[in-house]
Amino acid sequence: MIQQLSQLIGMHLKEFFREPGIIFWAILFPILMAWGLGTAFTKKNELIRTVALVDKQNTLSAREDFGRFFTGINPEKTAPLTKKIGNEKLGITTYKFERSSWEEAITMLKRGKISMVMELVEDSVKYHFDPVNPEAQLAYLQINGAFNDNNKTNQSDNISPLTQTGTRYIDFLVPGLMAMGVMMSCMWGISYSLIDKRMKKLLRRMVATPMRKSSFLIAQFVSRLLLNFFESALLLLFAYLYFDTNIQGSWLALILILIAGNMAFTGIAILVSCRTANTQVGNGLINLVVMPMMVLSGIFFSYHNFPDWIVSVIQKFPLTILADNIRSIFIEGAGLVEMGVPLLVLTGIGVVTFLSGLKVYKWY
Amino acid sequence: MIKVTNVHKNFKEVKAVNGIDLHIQPGQYVALLGPNGAGKTTLVEMIEGLQHPDVGEIQIMEKRWKDHQEELHRIIGLSLQETRFVDKLSVLETLRLFASFYGLGGKRIQEILDLVNLEEKKKSFVVNLSGGQRQRLALGIALLNEPEILLLDEPTTGLDPTARREIWDILKSLKSSNNTTMILTTHYMDEAAYLCDKIVIMDSGKILAEGTLEQLLSKHKKGEVISFETNGPIPPDQLPGGDKIIKSVIEPVANKGEIIIEDLVSYLPSFLEFIKNQNLVLTSLECRKMTLDDLFIAMTGRHLNQ
Repeated sequence: MIQQLSQLIGMHLKEFFREPGIIFWAILFPILMAWGLGTAFTKKNELIRTVALVDKQNTLSAREDFGRFFTGINPEKTAPLTKKIGNEKLGITTYKFERSSWEEAITMLKRGKISMVMELVEDSVKYHFDPVNPEAQLAYLQINGAFNDNNKTNQSDNISPLTQTGTRYIDFLVPGLMAMGVMMSCMWGISYSLIDKRMKKLLRRMVATPMRKSSFLIAQFVSRLLLNFFESALLLLFAYLYFDTNIQGSWLALILILIAGNMAFTGIAILVSCRTANTQVGNGLINLVVMPMMVLSGIFFSYHNFPDWIVSVIQKFPLTILADNIRSIFIEGAGLVEMGVPLLVLTGIGVVTFLSGLKVYKWY
Repeated sequence: MIKVTNVHKNFKEVKAVNGIDLHIQPGQYVALLGPNGAGKTTLVEMIEGLQHPDVGEIQIMEKRWKDHQEELHRIIGLSLQETRFVDKLSVLETLRLFASFYGLGGKRIQEILDLVNLEEKKKSFVVNLSGGQRQRLALGIALLNEPEILLLDEPTTGLDPTARREIWDILKSLKSSNNTTMILTTHYMDEAAYLCDKIVIMDSGKILAEGTLEQLLSKHKKGEVISFETNGPIPPDQLPGGDKIIKSVIEPVANKGEIIIEDLVSYLPSFLEFIKNQNLVLTSLECRKMTLDDLFIAMTGRHLNQ
C-alpha cells in the first residue's frame, strides 16, 4: 500500500518536473504575472501623458501668460511642449502637449493615443474629453488646476498616501494569484493528466492490476498538493522579497485553507474528467469551469462593483471563497477562528465532487 | 482453465461478440486469429475483466470476475492493444511502478529486464524507445507477476520482422520454462502457426473454426489454390467447373483473383482454356497448398489482414 502510493506519487512528480514547459507555466508564470501586474499598478512615479493642443489663432505666441505655462516653448515650434504636474507624494505626471490641427487631434483620440484635446481660444482654454473616462477627467483636473494657478488644492498637506503593507494593490493581488494557482494547477494538472492517461489506455492498464483505485486518486491529490505548496511558497517568497508583502494572520490558517482549496479543486477536477477520453472535450470542460471563476472571482480586481445579486452568486464560487479567505489572512490578519466555515465549505465541495466523480468514473 | 460460455456483447447496433463458446486447457497457447473488427479484442477484454458480457458467462479457474476480482488480477498478466506508458518515465521506473502494484521487489524487476532484453535501455525514457522495445516493455510488465494466464492483444502488430521475432522468442522460451496458459490475438497467420497449439479463427463476433493448424487445414477439406492476375476483367460467374470450386474470389478492379479447388491437376487445364477463350492474358499465376489465410478466404471470402 505504502509502496504503491509512493511509486504513484513519484510518477506524478517526475512527470511534472521532467517537462520544462509545465514548470514554466505552472511555477514561473504566476510569478511573472505578479511582477508584471504588481509593477504596473503599484509604482506610479514616472507617468507620461499626452494631450493634443489645438491652437488655431496662434494664441500661444500672442499671450505671454499662456506661453509661460509650458516648458520648452520656442519660436520655431519644434520642441515638444511639456508641463510637470504633481508632487512627491502623489507622483509626478509629465504632460506632453502635441500641437496639432483639430482633425489630427480627433484621429489621435480615436486611436487612444490621447484622451483629451486642449483648445486655445483668444482668452480662454477649452477642454474636450469624454466625461466618463477617469483618465481624461484626471488630466483635466490637473491641467486646469495648474493653469489657473490654484495649485493649492494639489498641495500635499492634506494627502497621506496609503503605502503601508496590506493596503496596496499588490497585497490584494498576491493572495488572489495564490488561489488562482491552486485552481489552475488542480484543474489542468489533474484533469488533463487523467484524461491523457485514459486516452493512452494507461488507466485501463493500471486498473487491470491489483492496484487500488483509491491509491491512484490519493496519489494524484497528494502530488498536486506538494506541487501547489511549492508553487505558492515560491510566489510568496518572490512577493516578500520584491514587494515586501507579508502575512499578517495565522500561518496555520493559511496552510489549512490551502489544503482545503486543493481538496475542493481536486474533487472538481476528478468530476470534470470522470468520463471523457478526449483531450479536446476535456479542454472545453475545464475552461467552462475555470474561465467564469477567473474573470468573476475577484482575482485581479474586486468583484464588488458588480450588481448585488451577481455578487451574492460570485461569493459562492469555490475560487472566491478561497481567494477571499487567503486575502483576509494576508491583509486583515485573520486566524483559525475566521476560517472555520470556509474550511468546512471547501472540504465539503471537495468530498462531494470527489465521491460523485468516483461513482461515475470511467476507468476503461 | 478458461471457460467462455455463450458470450454476447453488443455496442449499440454492432454485435461485437455474438455467441462464443471457448474452452482453454492449462498450459495451452491459443491464438485468436481474425481480421480487424472480428471481435478478438472485445473477447479478450471480457476475459481480462475490462468489459462485461451482456449475455453468457466467463470462468477463469472456476472463478468469476464479479466475485474474485482481486484474485484474478493477481494471476493474470496482460498487454493491451497499443498501451502507451508515461513518456518521461524510464523503463526501470515504469517496471518499479507496476511491480509496486503487485508488491514485488527489485529482484523480479531485474529478472524481467533480462527476460525481455531491456537491461541496456533501463535508464531510457519510454518516449525514446523503439516500437519493438515498447512492446517488450509491455510484455515485461505483463510477466511481472509470473502470471498463470497471459493475455496479449496484438503484441506484434506494426513491428518489423526482427522485432516480431524477438517477441516470439521470449514467448517460446516462456512456454518451455513455465506452464503458462496464453491467449494472443493476431491477424498474422504465421504468428498463430508458429506460437500456438490451438488456433481459433474468428469473424464478425463468431468462431468460424478452431483446432491445431493441421486439424484446421485437413478438416476443412484438402484444398489447393490458384492465384492469378490478368490483363483485363474476369467474368466471375463464367468460371469453369462450377461444383469443383470450393471458393473463388475475383477482384474486378484489380483484375486478379483466387480460386480454391479440390484437385488442382485436373482443374488447371480447363482454367487455362477459359482464360484463352475470354481473350485474356495471364500476367501472373501461382499454385500452392492451402494456408490459414486461404482457409479464411474459403470461409468468408475475405483476406485475413483486410
